[in-house]
Amino acid sequence: MRFHTPKTFENAVAIAAAASGQTRFLAGGTDVLVQLRAAMVLPDDLIDLKHIPGVKEITRTSDGGWRIGIAVSGAELGRHAGIGADYPGVVEGMQLVGSTQVQGRATLVGNLCNGSPAADSVPAMVAAGAWVSVIGPQGVRDVKVEDIPAGPGRTTLKAGELITGITLPPRGANAGDAYLRFIPRTEMDIAVVGVAVNLRLDGDRISEARVALGAVAPKILLVPAAAQAIIGTMLDDAALDDAALDALAAAAIAASTPISDKRGTAEFRKDIVGVLVKRAARIALDRAKGATK
Amino acid sequence: MPKDDLKTGYRLVGTRPNRPDGLDKVTGRARYGADISAPGMLHAAVVRSPHAHARIIRIDASKALALDGVKAVITRADFPTGLTGEDWNLQENTIAGDVALYDGHAVAAVAATSKLLAQDAAKLIEVEYEVLPHVIDVDAAMQPGAPVIRAGTADHSVPDGMHPNVVKYIDFGHGDLAAGFAAADLVRAQSYKTEATHQGYIEPHACLGQMGEDGKGEMWVCTQGQWYIRRMCSAVLGTDASQLRVTPSEIGGGFGGKTTIFMEPLALALSRKAGGRPVKLVMSRAEVLRATGPTASASMDVKLGMKADGTLTAASVNFRMQGGAFLGSSPVGEALSCALACYNIPAVHHEGYEVLANRPKAAAYRAPGSPMAAFAVESLLDEMCRELGLDPLAVRLKNAVHEGVKSSYGPTYNRIGLVETLQATMAHANLTVPLGPNQGRGVAAGFWFNHGGETSVSLAIGEDGTVTVSVGTPDIGGSRASLGMMTAETLGIAYEAVRVNIVETGALGVNEPTHGSRATFASGLAAVEAAKQAIAQMCARAAAEWGIEPEAVEWLDGAAVPAGPNAGKFPPMTIAEIGAKMGSTGGPISGHHEVTAGGFGASFGAHVVDVEVDPETGRTTVLRYLVVQDAGCAIHPAYVEGQYQGGAVQGIGWALNEEYVYGADGRLQNPVFLDYRIPVASDLPMIDTVIVEVPNPGHPYGVRGVGETGITPPLPALANAIAAATGARLRSLPMSPPKVLAAIKAKARG
Ligand SMILES: Cc1cc2nc3c(=O)[nH]c(=O)nc-3n(C[C@H](O)[C@H](O)[C@H](O)COP(=O)(O)OP(=O)(O)OC[C@H]3O[C@@H](n4cnc5c(N)ncnc54)[C@H](O)[C@@H]3O)c2cc1C
Repeated sequence: MRFHTPKTFENAVAIAAAASGQTRFLAGGTDVLVQLRAAMVLPDDLIDLKHIPGVKEITRTSDGGWRIGIAVSGAELGRHAGIGADYPGVVEGMQLVGSTQVQGRATLVGNLCNGSPAADSVPAMVAAGAWVSVIGPQGVRDVKVEDIPAGPGRTTLKAGELITGITLPPRGANAGDAYLRFIPRTEMDIAVVGVAVNLRLDGDRISEARVALGAVAPKILLVPAAAQAIIGTMLDDAALDDAALDALAAAAIAASTPISDKRGTAEFRKDIVGVLVKRAARIALDRAKGATK
Repeated sequence: MPKDDLKTGYRLVGTRPNRPDGLDKVTGRARYGADISAPGMLHAAVVRSPHAHARIIRIDASKALALDGVKAVITRADFPTGLTGEDWNLQENTIAGDVALYDGHAVAAVAATSKLLAQDAAKLIEVEYEVLPHVIDVDAAMQPGAPVIRAGTADHSVPDGMHPNVVKYIDFGHGDLAAGFAAADLVRAQSYKTEATHQGYIEPHACLGQMGEDGKGEMWVCTQGQWYIRRMCSAVLGTDASQLRVTPSEIGGGFGGKTTIFMEPLALALSRKAGGRPVKLVMSRAEVLRATGPTASASMDVKLGMKADGTLTAASVNFRMQGGAFLGSSPVGEALSCALACYNIPAVHHEGYEVLANRPKAAAYRAPGSPMAAFAVESLLDEMCRELGLDPLAVRLKNAVHEGVKSSYGPTYNRIGLVETLQATMAHANLTVPLGPNQGRGVAAGFWFNHGGETSVSLAIGEDGTVTVSVGTPDIGGSRASLGMMTAETLGIAYEAVRVNIVETGALGVNEPTHGSRATFASGLAAVEAAKQAIAQMCARAAAEWGIEPEAVEWLDGAAVPAGPNAGKFPPMTIAEIGAKMGSTGGPISGHHEVTAGGFGASFGAHVVDVEVDPETGRTTVLRYLVVQDAGCAIHPAYVEGQYQGGAVQGIGWALNEEYVYGADGRLQNPVFLDYRIPVASDLPMIDTVIVEVPNPGHPYGVRGVGETGITPPLPALANAIAAATGARLRSLPMSPPKVLAAIKAKARG
């Protein structure tokens, strides 16, 4: 195995593009090193990206969004007041990853590029409308987060390509998001189902919504039909009525194509996605109305 | 000494000093199985079957042996033939012969100069298999047409016409069953299933073994019993037991799973083949889950007869258990004996079948068999109490066994504490906490026999009057503290003046492992006797110095004193003074006691759990948990509480989420802690405990074993609480969210 510590993204691309065997980038390493020790993936080239200047920074974009460096850990994200206020759903998704120890290392980009359909930070990033900046031998491009996963353990990034940053769009007013996952225990488990809802209010009407689901399909899903089920809905006594919630749940269930495995049956996952999407929508709504946390 | 006065007037017994191994453990100085290295050491890796059942056609190690640094490869051909009975089982489980019997079964092993090299070499060992049909489920393994695992394994007890996988049949009971059921106002029968679970000890198996061609060897190993390691390894290798010297390391949990061998003979056989170089072998977690000994899985029928006032009139149980592919590995006999042990029932009948399956060879796990049996019996009892509108604890008290009652499994009970335990439970504040929506309370009782066994302990007085105690029972739950306290109490000296060492096989007579909750009971009993011998010696030394009869000297507060005014006037002679002079007053002073300890006392417990079940997801949250159990005498109450809490936690895991998940190919799907779901700390409330003390007349301080009973009631207590919270009764473990949700939905459909 060759271990590389490039100082620029261009240099990282050059190393990756020249490599012929198994290549992995090293962000927090909480997937890469675990897979290595379990002899599941033994990279020929391991490219540590943490020596590139700026990868640990979180900056405000000129239009009021956020740009998050590729080596920002879950713990650092959790301490950032600005992102926590704008996108509590993204932060809570990332903070569910692992334990205190894992939080000190694990990153959003690593979670995304590991390609797990159950990755906890990804549904909320998708619901938030986040995108990533990609650099490769052919130059740079922006890609929506939902377009990165290609299937279990696979991404749409081409050979030699890597991500240089994540951008969350400007939050704007009267918006809220939430992420919920189901696990049988309280922590240290993999999502059996994950659900993120992001929405905006215009007075008493839901004017925008995005719904993303995890662990119910080969990759994380953005479900426009679920969003449509609540967009335009008038709040009834400041809450979503049962009909809207049921339509939301039905759309989420319809979009899900889960498998039965050691973590849960397909039938159970469908039940749970319906339950969680309602609960997440209620939390996102409360946040849009100004509730903190 | 009247036993009921035992707890008064003690200086140390019943206090909570720091454990002697505490500082070493929190500073990382304690040396566990993998912490020892030796010059010239090799590292081993094991090649394991990826199939649940497969004939081994050919093993080709030539590519591995061609690697520079690979020093030895072994297969079954490197082991002696002609073993019989359990010795053959142990050898066959250590390394497969003609057939690999379960996913993870060892088929070859390699030793090399580094761990990575050994692992690479293991991958180069080519094994050709002919895959055979397999069977995993205990009921399926008994069905006509099920794959036969090993014809001719069954012993004489099995009735004609049963499937060859049924290898043992047990049948016992007493009383008139028909009359008992006829006398009942309510008779109910139900069937139950439990999945295999693993002890989940934090330290994987690890050893360092060395053996020369002359059969002389040494081993450093993480184990609950160094003499068992010695005997079993020697049997498997065909060497003499006394030529192998086994030193136990510090141990990171065992719970019964480290009372036997799994890979230890491989290290010795590799060393023997590699010219006697020491070989270190450390299992990964996946190897631990696939190839060490989980507990059995069970399928059980129970029938109970009850009068309208709750009096039990008759009970019958029929249990089927698989403990892997070997005769004698399932605890079906223990399960039957424990099933009805809490109750005084005029007519009882037990039937049991041991069944082979393509799973790892089961090992002991905390009260082997009793938790499954309790799940079945205590669940049905709860259902019947509900049906009759009776208080489940009052019904248990009404039927509770006590001194003089003939037990369901035969013997008549000595002094036991189930009645006191149930009374303490009924008086506890947790029972009066109001419950909210979707919440439910469950109770259950539990039992374990405990054990005495072969025990040998030595004690020596030091030159400064401090004391060394050498014991053969590895300390898996704080026994060094309790042994030190009993020794110091008996000698009348400070707790800190005693050091308790767990010693190697050359230092004492044969000791059974720390199993059957016996260390504090049996090694404690022997340590007290050894201390009394040393006291007699010290009194004799003082008497000789004072020129009086030894009988005229007695031992008081750590010193020899004249027994009364007639004995003469001499100042007390302290243990330090006696120790300082012992070389010139007759030589070293020690005590030694060896015994096959009888007199052990059963421990009964009762648990109360409050849960909340999310009706939309089936997820259970444990809100409150109470353990009440009879300790006989709690030498160190904090460690007794720890045992109660630990048992409850393992039981909660078994009840809610732990299970061996097999694919259709017979491979274990979840050999990692990510998917083998042991409870994490945040899953649990603080476990409340109450120590009941009904002294065991068979021990000088009244000790009963406390380590095992605590895992018995949680399985049914959780099932009963979930039934109370949801109205849905689960009769199959684990009660994981998908199963609970399905039961809730089935209930709603009516
Ligand atoms: C104990 C434990 C618990 C865990 N719990 C959870 C959990 O609850 N939920 C969950 O979702 N995950 C969990 N994980 C998995 C893991 O922690 C997360 O996926 C984490 O976010 C990965 O981030 P990382 O920075 O450590 O990634 P790394 O391991 O460094 O990399 C992961 C992948 O991303 C690729 N990669 C990294 N950076 C880039 C880049 N800039 N461009 C392109 N590709 C890149 C790597 O090549 C690799 O394939 C857990 C892991 C452990 C060890």
